[in-house]
Amino acid sequence: MTTAPELDVPRAPAARPARRRQRSVDAVPWWLRVVVALVALYFVLPTLFVIPMSFSESSTFSFPPEGFTLQLYRNFFTDPVWLTSLRNSVAVAVVAALLATVVGTAAAVGLHNLTGRMARLARTVLMISIVTPGIVIAVVVYISFLKWHLVGSFTGYVLAHAAIGMPFVLVSVTSALSGFDPKLLRASASLGANPLRTFLRVTMPLISRGILTGAIFAFVTSFDEVVIALFLRSPTFQTLPVQMFNSVTFEVDPTIAATSSLVVTAVTVICLVPLLLGSRRKNR
Amino acid sequence: MPATTTSTVAPTAAPAVPRAGTQIRLTDVVKDYGLAVPAVDGVSLTIEPGEFMTLLGPSGSGKTTTLNLIAGFETLTSGRIAFNGDDVSSLPPHKRDLGMLFQNYALFPHMTVAQNVAYPLRERKVPKAEITRRVAEVLELVQLTGRDDNVPSQLSGGQQQRVALARAIVFDPKALLLDEPLGALDRNLRGALQAEIQRIHREVGSTFVFVTHDQEEAMSLSDRIALFNSGRIEQVGSPETLYRAPETLFTATFLGDSNVFELAQAPGSTVVWGDRTWAVEPRTVSDRARAAEHAALMVRPEDVRIAQRADEVPAGANAVPARVTDVHYLGSYRNVVLSYGSSDVVGRARLDASETQLAVGQDVVAWWRVERQRVVSR
Repeated sequence: MTTAPELDVPRAPAARPARRRQRSVDAVPWWLRVVVALVALYFVLPTLFVIPMSFSESSTFSFPPEGFTLQLYRNFFTDPVWLTSLRNSVAVAVVAALLATVVGTAAAVGLHNLTGRMARLARTVLMISIVTPGIVIAVVVYISFLKWHLVGSFTGYVLAHAAIGMPFVLVSVTSALSGFDPKLLRASASLGANPLRTFLRVTMPLISRGILTGAIFAFVTSFDEVVIALFLRSPTFQTLPVQMFNSVTFEVDPTIAATSSLVVTAVTVICLVPLLLGSRRKNR
Repeated sequence: MPATTTSTVAPTAAPAVPRAGTQIRLTDVVKDYGLAVPAVDGVSLTIEPGEFMTLLGPSGSGKTTTLNLIAGFETLTSGRIAFNGDDVSSLPPHKRDLGMLFQNYALFPHMTVAQNVAYPLRERKVPKAEITRRVAEVLELVQLTGRDDNVPSQLSGGQQQRVALARAIVFDPKALLLDEPLGALDRNLRGALQAEIQRIHREVGSTFVFVTHDQEEAMSLSDRIALFNSGRIEQVGSPETLYRAPETLFTATFLGDSNVFELAQAPGSTVVWGDRTWAVEPRTVSDRARAAEHAALMVRPEDVRIAQRADEVPAGANAVPARVTDVHYLGSYRNVVLSYGSSDVVGRARLDASETQLAVGQDVVAWWRVERQRVVSR
């Protein structure tokens, strides 16, 4: 997915002396390139199996795939169970990402201006869900949501997923803010802009990449989250990962291959958005 | 002190000013961060409409905090700040209507030059056509016509600061605050931008409050200088007043070089330094020195003359035996470093290059006219 590091090989300067090939100080050594390639392969390989399998004519999971058909995709897009769970997942992920982005950005901007022990403590507390095992969060969420009657509800999914997505927004916006010159806030104020206008016209445009990156991470976190979703599921409301889990454990439905391929492709495309935006900006 | 006029009407016959500036009055202003000493410790200062006032002082003297208090970036611990008599002490910065220049320019990097300059006009909901007209006008004023569509990173430091200047004056602010705006520029550029700031001050006639620690910059730009020292104003006056008639030893030594003789006794009709007794004219004794326990006599290097023998010293001049410890040839003049007897006072004299040659180690007599010396408190 996004884990393969970007190989940022310095481009050769235009006027280079013809004879001597001078290596840049920060050139990437060959062995590091090999390691990177192996790691990338390790991450991508499962995908390389599942995508061909999704076009297989066989009704069981087999590799290499036999024949070529779009039958599994037809299954997916005609079965109301799959479609409903997809719609649920997208809806939850969009709303949860939105919520996580607003809260995470506000927290990052607020904490950016604060120093001292309390600010550090607040930051740590907000980040804690990143290092907490998913099952622990799931159990805690399940117990409290039982009390609040949120289990199996859209609101419940959104709240839980927004909470685990928010730290990613906090991290990416905080890192965007580290390159932000606070003098710009004073300049904007002196020019007559109130704090809200300053945020909208100065701060937000300058940290927009951090916000976008955080929002995408929050979306993906929610979209493929399965542990909490398993606890919160109800007969009337379940998300796509839960349905995928069901289809493997209870039915052994080969449609899962098509579903997986769709999810992998969708998530990859979404994660590539900030990278593509970034390179476009660099080329300007 | 000359800084406290009570009338709110423009006091001096201002030279052909197109717009009247704003009077800024600080009354007993204190800013205390809870440290050992307050950052600003009871500053009272009236900046007259259209005046170029410089807040000068060493770092940590409270000049920048004072500017931030005027801008509204910091809140007052106590005291009062008024613009044209209106109390603004509790007004947030975006409602104070002041232009500001920062040392690092603080241009918005995601906006073009034109968008940067239009920013304050858009915040004030000025009609589009007028924004276009005024942006073009002010860019012409700072000589950046045709750079509208550049982004700040495509401009040099000097150009960026001129964009910041245009942005800070385009909305006709009550006053322009300048927070060491030339500090990041190299020497040549600084000179050019100094002239530019001076020209624009003349053309727009608005009140300028300039913060710097560079005494030469302060001297060449200002109508008046407020010299800060540990949170208080040491002295306010024209550059010439501060240089020629300092009240205190701090003022005397912060602005320019001087020969300083610390006096053991309060000054009378004569002062005594070691075995020397010198005549004193009453008008060369500062008010603060008259009231102070400790005083010092100071003479500027350009007022010190050097005689080969004691009998060459004119009658009525004050003199002290000296030894030449160093001579620096600087083209149009020579700096002579002197030692006075066994004291550790470092003497400085500035001589025309054409005057008698002096050898290092030579014993001479340094002398000066009584009216060129000044007795200050220390």
